Amino acid sequence: MELKTTQPIQGEGRINKMLALNLLIATIGVYLWWTVYRVLPDLSKWLTYKLLPIQEGSHLGSSVEFFLYDTPKVMMLLFLVVFGVGILRSFFTPEKTRAFLSGKSEFVGNIFAALLGIITPFCSCSAVPLFIGFVTAGVPLGVTFSFLIAAPMVNEIALGLLYGLLGWKVAAIYLGTGLFIAISAGWVIGRLKLENHVEDWVTQANAANLTMEEEKLTWNDRFVYGWDAVKEIIGRVWIYVILGIAVGAGIHGFVPEGVMASIMGKDSWWSVPLSVVIGVPMYSNAAGVIPVVEALLGKGAALGSVLAFMMSVIALSLPEMVILRKVLKPKLIAVFVGVVASGILFVGYLFNMIL
Amino acid sequence: MEIKVLGPGCAKCKKTEKLVQEVIKETGVDATVEKVSDMMQIASYGVFGTPSVIVDGEVKCIGKVPKKNDIKKWLGK
Repeated sequence: MELKTTQPIQGEGRINKMLALNLLIATIGVYLWWTVYRVLPDLSKWLTYKLLPIQEGSHLGSSVEFFLYDTPKVMMLLFLVVFGVGILRSFFTPEKTRAFLSGKSEFVGNIFAALLGIITPFCSCSAVPLFIGFVTAGVPLGVTFSFLIAAPMVNEIALGLLYGLLGWKVAAIYLGTGLFIAISAGWVIGRLKLENHVEDWVTQANAANLTMEEEKLTWNDRFVYGWDAVKEIIGRVWIYVILGIAVGAGIHGFVPEGVMASIMGKDSWWSVPLSVVIGVPMYSNAAGVIPVVEALLGKGAALGSVLAFMMSVIALSLPEMVILRKVLKPKLIAVFVGVVASGILFVGYLFNMIL
Repeated sequence: MEIKVLGPGCAKCKKTEKLVQEVIKETGVDATVEKVSDMMQIASYGVFGTPSVIVDGEVKCIGKVPKKNDIKKWLGK
């Protein structure tokens, strides 16, 4: 997007007016958002038991109420979080991140890569070109992996939903452990010296130095950026959200209390690995899996097992492996999966032990 | 004019190609559009985000769906 920032003062006044208008709309929007958000619990009760002929306290009733409460709630939270992070992200680009990371030493690089993985705009279909771009620009392999692990696993959708549905503590634990896995797994991969297990054509690809002009964004552009992010992300994930909440609602209403304690509880040693084994082949995103997680926790599943399940669903997915196979030899993919899975197991056991 | 849309075939890449086609139709510019989905070819342009748009060998946009007005500008309209 090229902007006419060189316009005379007249244009600047127009931009300021637009900014004021945007801020006004945003303020009214937040107020309306909060008003609606507050009445959701009562509204869902009323819809379930007064409008629909469902008896209070029945299995069906608690499922329907869960669904009618969580669907608008999750959608509204997503809206706010995606918009906010969209604005934040307009300050970052993969180009800037790459330039920043290419000069960093390994350990420090891993930390920055994981942090930048959260906020740099990234979509999994860009994983391969991004990988090539990083590696050819001299970003160490392990540091690149820290980025590639953190980017899908610790994302704004996951954090926003965890905060909204399960509270800030769970969100903070997820952020901390997700970063820990991305940093340590990337570091381990770097130590293993697997550079020769990257497909040969990648290292031969010329690292073209792009001389694209840096775009100058005004605050209005950032609002537009945030708004575009809302349309794009919600348009893509809403179906996962509804499916996830439907599954969660089924669990909430019909699975007896405490059943999950025996399967995903903290007492059985196999519950964490089992959660990972179930989670890896499942392909969903944070928006779809978190309502399920909420329901599982409510039925007595242990937090560690549930975190492990969620991380393996989001961070390790079969389609991503297939895409990465184009640039990585099988052994490196196996190491990648192995190291990340070990990290997830560690986190799962840790939380089952201390909580 | 020779336009290339780089992308493995995700939703954003398809949308970009569609927008480019639309702009060409609307403005009547004489241009060919080629979709490049092969990873090795994409990499050879040195871009590391998709979708990307290349006009006459010049990288115009990386890693996002461009706006119609931007496309028009690239085509000199």
